[in-house]
Amino acid sequence: MRSVDRLNALLKQVPAVAVYVAGVLPAIWLFWQAITGTLSIEPIKSLEHETGELGLQLLIATLLVTPLRRFTGINLLRLRRALGLLAFFYIALHLLIWLLLDVQDPAMIWADVVKRPYITVGMLGFVLLVPLAITSNNRSIRVLGRRWHALHRLAYVAIPLGGLHFVMQAKGLQIEPLVYLGVIFGLLFVRLSALKRRRLA
Amino acid sequence: MANRWKSDLREDSVTDEAIYLNRRALLGGMAGVGFAGGAAAASEMEPNSWEEITGYNNFYEFGTGKEDPARHAADMTVSPWSVRIDGLVDRPADYAFEDILSKMVVEERIYRLRCVEAWSMVVPWMGSELADLLELAGVQSNARFVAFETLLRPAEMRGVSSPVLEWPYVEGLRLDEAMHPLTIMATGIYGRDIPNQNGAPLRLVVPWKYGFKSIKSIVRITLSESEPPTSWNKANPREYGFYSNVNPEVDHPRWSQAQERRIGGGLFSPKIPTEMFNGYGAEVAGLYEGMDLRRNF
Ligand code: HEM
Repeated sequence: MRSVDRLNALLKQVPAVAVYVAGVLPAIWLFWQAITGTLSIEPIKSLEHETGELGLQLLIATLLVTPLRRFTGINLLRLRRALGLLAFFYIALHLLIWLLLDVQDPAMIWADVVKRPYITVGMLGFVLLVPLAITSNNRSIRVLGRRWHALHRLAYVAIPLGGLHFVMQAKGLQIEPLVYLGVIFGLLFVRLSALKRRRLA
Repeated sequence: MANRWKSDLREDSVTDEAIYLNRRALLGGMAGVGFAGGAAAASEMEPNSWEEITGYNNFYEFGTGKEDPARHAADMTVSPWSVRIDGLVDRPADYAFEDILSKMVVEERIYRLRCVEAWSMVVPWMGSELADLLELAGVQSNARFVAFETLLRPAEMRGVSSPVLEWPYVEGLRLDEAMHPLTIMATGIYGRDIPNQNGAPLRLVVPWKYGFKSIKSIVRITLSESEPPTSWNKANPREYGFYSNVNPEVDHPRWSQAQERRIGGGLFSPKIPTEMFNGYGAEVAGLYEGMDLRRNF
């Protein structure tokens, strides 16, 4: 057996629930530290940053699944839903931390959403992820049929918006967010050119 | 000439960190679990703890994370240290830090510090008025501005390999702002030498302006006739002006400046209203009489 096949056989035995459990652990750990006062000097900002980064990393992981299979044969397709839902979980936390702990004042929230372009862009990214999260179940796939795939191409808009939001919130010229955005565009390019090829064929 | 300015802070809230920390520990049971919040007013002057003041910093020469300076600033050699004072002065020279210190009257100044990122602290600085230092060099009558420059030593500053700002970091003040008795050169915190991450061995403190104006680890001071360039203004003139006075009515394009969060309040720390000139309006508003502070932000 090739080593890729062996790896895939191994991956098949990983139950999705294990991914969910492992994925939620960092959130529990972060909040535990925040509540006990050991996370950092400014726990609100730390939570906002950590959940934002984890969310974005998980979104990128979902984009990686197909190219990974194509170029290496490693098959994570079965776990992609878990990765996507976990990404949504972290971004929802990110938004809630911002609403409830950071901004606090309901009057300021709407003002920020319309007046601060980086918030507008992040919010747009989040709103586009909502229907994807709601339809990430077998029933929706059955009911929506072909339209399910069309709907889930929204990810190709939502994820770059998340990356753009990361770039826009940075102070000064910072490399890290630009690297994230570059990786996102690189993966989108790979995905979209594959889709196009399939359509032409 | 020291003691030209009287603190608006309660004297009993000062200096002895041991006593101070004890008091905090009493409040602390709750602070520990993050419920300390409390309805602090921006004008309330309980100093932040040593750990907060020295563990949560912006000093991009050592990285952009708030904990990076505490982690990496120890790499910076701060002794020997000298400050070149030049431009429109009578006695341009490299002034050794020890010589400066021996001629200055160091006193405690407890100031509010308001970061442009909408957080704040209260810091018990030790320092002396900048005016006294400038007088050492003799300010000439045609000087109108003061430019400051931070050390740039890439071998000891891991952050400067990234182009987040143009290095070295530079700042500037109008001469009347620089000569104002509230403006100090800080050399200590809580009676101890100022730690590297806070700008050792000497840094500017201008309490009515956003924190980035209070340039750290200064190696050069230049008196000039024209307004000097400043780092954040060069990086993004739309977001950061030359004056950068604390002003709750003029928002940063990316966030509101109407409120701030006092560091140390834990997970449920409330926002408190930001005060004009960071609460020092009675002392400094006169400097800007007749100026449109929206335009000159
Ligand atoms: C697709 C959705 C989103 C993604 C992927 C995302 C991701 C991120 C990332 C990676 C950061 C930087 C963290 C760091 O500095 O390490 C960040 C910061 C931030 N995000 Fe989001 N975000 C999203 C949506 C939102 C939404 C909906 C809001 C609020 C309405 C929001 C508010 C913020 C704020 C306030 C910051 C911190 C800015 C600061 O440092 O002051 N984000 N986000």
